[in-house]
Amino acid sequence: MNIQVIIPLLIFLIAIFAIGFIASKQMGSGGGFLQEYFLGGRELGGFVLAMTMVATYGSASSFLGGPGTAYTVGFGWILLAMSQVVTGYFVLLILGKKFAILARKYNAITMIDFLKARYNSPSVAILSAIAIIIFLFSAMTAQWVGGARLIESLTGLQYTTALFIFAISVLVYVTIGGFRAVALTDAVQGAIMVIGTTILLIGVIIAGGGVPAIMQDLLNENPRLVTPYGGDGTLTPAYISSFWILVGVGVVGLPQMAVRAMSYKSSRAMHRALIIGTIVTGFIMLNMHLIGIFARPVLPGIDVGDKVIPLIALEVLPPWLAGIVLAAPMAAIMSTVDSLLLLVSSAVVKDVYINFIKPDAPEKRVKQISIGVTAILGIIVFLLALQPPDLLIFLNLFAFGGLEAAFIWPIVLGLYWKYGNKYGAILSMLTGIISYIAIHFYNAANGNLFGVHTVTLPIVLSLIAYIIGSLAIQRKAFRF
Amino acid sequence: MSINQKTPDTYTPDPRFKIAHKEAWIGVALAIFNFIWWFGFAFGLGNRPPEEYTYTFGLPDWFFYSCVVGFILMSILVIIITKFFLTEVSLEAEPDQQKEELPKL
Repeated sequence: MNIQVIIPLLIFLIAIFAIGFIASKQMGSGGGFLQEYFLGGRELGGFVLAMTMVATYGSASSFLGGPGTAYTVGFGWILLAMSQVVTGYFVLLILGKKFAILARKYNAITMIDFLKARYNSPSVAILSAIAIIIFLFSAMTAQWVGGARLIESLTGLQYTTALFIFAISVLVYVTIGGFRAVALTDAVQGAIMVIGTTILLIGVIIAGGGVPAIMQDLLNENPRLVTPYGGDGTLTPAYISSFWILVGVGVVGLPQMAVRAMSYKSSRAMHRALIIGTIVTGFIMLNMHLIGIFARPVLPGIDVGDKVIPLIALEVLPPWLAGIVLAAPMAAIMSTVDSLLLLVSSAVVKDVYINFIKPDAPEKRVKQISIGVTAILGIIVFLLALQPPDLLIFLNLFAFGGLEAAFIWPIVLGLYWKYGNKYGAILSMLTGIISYIAIHFYNAANGNLFGVHTVTLPIVLSLIAYIIGSLAIQRKAFRF
Repeated sequence: MSINQKTPDTYTPDPRFKIAHKEAWIGVALAIFNFIWWFGFAFGLGNRPPEEYTYTFGLPDWFFYSCVVGFILMSILVIIITKFFLTEVSLEAEPDQQKEELPKL
C-alpha cells in the first residue's frame, strides 16, 4: 500500500541479508564447524554480546504486545515491564565467569552439553532436549505470527503472503550464517531498536501536545490509568512483583540466554556487556511502553493491542520515517526468531543426533545436517504459524515460564551448589514442567492461585524438588 | 581436571571460582536492592488517590521515582560495580597460572 513505508523496510531486510552473507564468509576461521555455527567461535565482544542478549530477549511481546497492553492498561503495565531492567545485569552476573569457564572446560556448545557434563546423565540431556523443543516451538510460533502481522498491517498483503516473506528472510540468513550471523544482525537490530523507539517516543509526545497534556487526557478518561494498579484496578502488588520472577530474575533459566553466556570472548567483553545491556534494556522497555500509553489520547479506540505500535507510527511520523522506525519491532522479532531457531536446531543436531544417534559423524555430514535441520524446523514453524493462535503475548510468556520452571535450578544450583546431582536435576525439571502446565490450566479456569503469576509456584516447587532429589538419593560433593 | 575428579584429597577448586561466586552474590544483592527501590516507590507513592499525585516532567511521582530514577540509578550502580568490584580473569579451560607451572614440574 504505502510505498514510502515499504522501501526503508526493504532496505533493512537487504542489509540484514548482507550481514548474514558476510558472516558466512567468516565461518571456518577456527574451532570446528559446530562451535562456529552454534556459538560463533566464542568470540563475541562486549557490544555485540549486549545487543544480542537485548535483541534476543526483546521480542514481539516487548515491541507489539507489551506496548499494546500498556495502551489498554496504563502506567501499571510499564511498572511491570520495568522489572526487566534486572535481566540486563542479572543474567551476566549470575551465569558470569563460572559458566563461561566451565563451558570451555567441558567443551560445551549448547546449554544441554553443560547440563550433561555437570550431571553426567543422559536422562538429563534427553529431558532438557524435549523441554527445549516443545517450549521453544511455541515461542517461535508466536514470534512468527507477530512478524507476519506486522508485515500484514504495513503492506496490506494477505497474512499468508506476509508470513511467507518473513519466513524466507529469517531462514535464508540463519541457515547460511549460523550464530555469528545471528549475533551480528542482532547488534544492528539492537541499535535500530534504540533509535526507533527514541524517534517514535518524541513523535508521540509532539502529537499528544506534550507530556502534561497527555497526562491530563488520561486523567480525564480514567484516573486509574496513571496508577500502578492498572485501568481496571486488577494489577495487584503480588501480581506485579511475581512478574519480577517471570521477566526479571527467572530469565537466567532461559536456554537462549544461557547459550550467550558461553559465547563471550573475555571477561572484559562480559563487563562491557553488563553495562551496555542494562542501559539498553531499560531504555527500550521504558520508552516502548511509554509510547504505548501515550498513544492512547492520540489515537483512541484501537482494540487489537498488537496494532498500536504500527498504527501510531503511521499516524505521527512521515511515511519514510515510519518505515525506518517500524524496522525496530521487525528487528526485535527477527532477532528473537533466529536465535530460537538456532537453539532448537542445536538441540536436535548436537544434543540428540550426535549424542545418541551417531557420535562419530564426520564434520561434513554434521554440517549438512545442521543446515538441513535448521531449514526444516523453519518450515515446520511456518506451517504452524499459518493458523495463527490469537494471543501472541500469551503463547510467548507460556514458553518463557515453562523453560524457566524447567531449567533455572538445574543451571543455577548446578553451577553453584556442589551437592546438586542428576536426581535433583531430573526431579526439578519434571516438577517444574508438570506443575507449570497444571497451574496454568488451574489459573485459566479459576483465576490466579494466590494472586501471583503462573510461573511463581512452579519455580518454588522445582527448587524444593531439586534440593530433596539431590540430598535424599545420593549425597556426594561434585568436583567442578 | 580428570585427575582432580579421581583423587579428591589433592583437589583444590579453581581460584577463579571464588571470584565468580563473589560476583554472583553481587548480582543477587543488586537485584534485591533494585526490587526494593522499584516496588517501594511504586506502591509507597502510588497508593494514593490519583488526584493527590504530583508530577515530574509530566510523569506521576510514583512512576518517575520507581521506573525512571530507578532505571538511571541501577545503570549508575552497574557501571560503578563493573569498574571497581569485578575482577578480570582468563576464561580459558585451564587458568594461565597452571600453564606456567607446568615447565617447573
